[in-house]
Amino acid sequence: MDKKKSFFRRNIGFTVFAILAVIVILVAIFAPVICGDRSPTSGDITQALMKPDAEHPFGTDKMGRDIFTRVLYGARTSLSSTFILVAVIFVIGAILGVLAGYFGGAVDAVIMRAADMMIAFPGLVLAIAVAGILGASMKNAIIAIAIVSWPKYARLARSLVMKIRHADFVAAATVTGSRTMYMLRRYMFPNTITTLVITAATDIGSMMMELAALSFLGFGATPPTPEWGQMLSEGRNFMQSAPWLMIFPGLAIFVTVVIFNMLGDGLRDILDPKTE
Amino acid sequence: MSGKKLLSRLAQMLIVLIGISFLTFLLTYISPGDPVRHMYLAQGLMPDEEQVAQQREEMGLNDPLTVQYWRWLTNCLKGDFGKSYSMNKPVVTLLLARLWPTLKLALMSMIFMLIVSVPLGVLSAVYRNRPIDYVVRAITFFGVSIPNFWVGLLLMLLFCVRLGLLPVISSGGTFKDLLLPAITLAVAMSAKYTRQVRTAVLEELSSDYVIGARARGVRESRILWGNVFPNSLLPLITMLGLSIGSLLGGTSVVEVIFSYPGLGNLAVSAITSSDYYLIQGYVLWVAIIYMVINLIVDISYNYVDPRMRLKR
Repeated sequence: MDKKKSFFRRNIGFTVFAILAVIVILVAIFAPVICGDRSPTSGDITQALMKPDAEHPFGTDKMGRDIFTRVLYGARTSLSSTFILVAVIFVIGAILGVLAGYFGGAVDAVIMRAADMMIAFPGLVLAIAVAGILGASMKNAIIAIAIVSWPKYARLARSLVMKIRHADFVAAATVTGSRTMYMLRRYMFPNTITTLVITAATDIGSMMMELAALSFLGFGATPPTPEWGQMLSEGRNFMQSAPWLMIFPGLAIFVTVVIFNMLGDGLRDILDPKTE
Repeated sequence: MSGKKLLSRLAQMLIVLIGISFLTFLLTYISPGDPVRHMYLAQGLMPDEEQVAQQREEMGLNDPLTVQYWRWLTNCLKGDFGKSYSMNKPVVTLLLARLWPTLKLALMSMIFMLIVSVPLGVLSAVYRNRPIDYVVRAITFFGVSIPNFWVGLLLMLLFCVRLGLLPVISSGGTFKDLLLPAITLAVAMSAKYTRQVRTAVLEELSSDYVIGARARGVRESRILWGNVFPNSLLPLITMLGLSIGSLLGGTSVVEVIFSYPGLGNLAVSAITSSDYYLIQGYVLWVAIIYMVINLIVDISYNYVDPRMRLKR
């Protein structure tokens, strides 16, 4: 490999999408600055269902709210909830998986049977049931998807820990008096990190879509919160008269998911060159 | 799969089912809504406190969790999943009526998916790293990144609203009604499946017997369709089985968009009207169907893969 070239020049694809992802995140953070005094939740009812023009680049909805503003603010909801979701799954999955792999026996059996239960089941069904029963909110949607998604990470972490569990250096460390917490922190968790980070990075896109799907069905964000899935579901009723209501929020999800999927793939190629 | 293995597999399934049934029961038990009030509201009545208390007692809602769960479970085993109070019909009747439309939709979308993904996947593998491969890979990439509910809405906008070719509400069971929902479901699946076909075929293409066959001068098309393709079918069958299962659960969104009368649509309306018996019955049913399908897929290996037969 050409060491003279910088990291970014060697991984052009990754760099481009990392920059795009940063732009998306910055747009979400600075949405209030970009939109100025336009509010995502209140609009001028006399301006309802206006076609896209210079004033409202994405048009307005039935309450006269500016779609462009709502899409930008929607990025905040979608991105923050997706990142929280992925972080929650990552942490829960890693901890349970490492514990199951390290201790084995009854701990392993209990954790893995619980994981089997979730895996032996079409994910979205339970997520819909959980979200629906707990009530519609972004928090509950995150809980619902987290409940059905952690086993993937737990299984990965477990198998990675099992690989080194009986390695000589682990036995040596245990014999020389390393305490369990130290073993977990020093050897077991770090051993799982790379693979789990790759998995998490490639999962961001699909998690974002699942959250949007729940919101679309009415089990996630509730009006007037600007959220892409929820905006699509509102726009659906105006398909005939105002198709821009459903085109732009959908496009926002699509573009964001493409960027994060590309970023995840790029990260995987860098960290784990074995897989294509 | 040997008899012993099958038995342990069935035992595992039973444990998982009990776990899932308890989980769904627990969820509805701790949920903030009150089923009695929902029931009265569904009938358009405003009950007074006394009526609610009496009804709660009658339905056994004041019993401890374990008692309630046991009663529900034993009833389920007898085939009685309770009565849906939002639709005032037995849960079993409702689920049965919706099962076939959803299966039909799932099968139809799988047929579309196979028609698209098998040729594209093989093409992409054979012409690896050539322009056609890049095009196919780009398409699959966009295919997995596009939310299916948006695809559904866009298709509807184009074919139903703009061109007026197809009905906006697919409530019947005709081919026309099935077309758009099935295509919508097929988009994301085709993208995933094309990648799998490509990987599987590539793997086979790099095996030694292919090199051997080429060295002996066997025609390339004969190698591809006579050896490589049949050998790469195995992982694809697993994928196919798994996708039938996830389709059963994953059709909700599409069914809602097209107002299609399937299980997923029923589940969503059950949840919005807090119809707990219906939700519980639905979750349990889908779990059972899903597991049975996975079992059938595993058993079918015996017939597809000769090596498995020899092992016995």
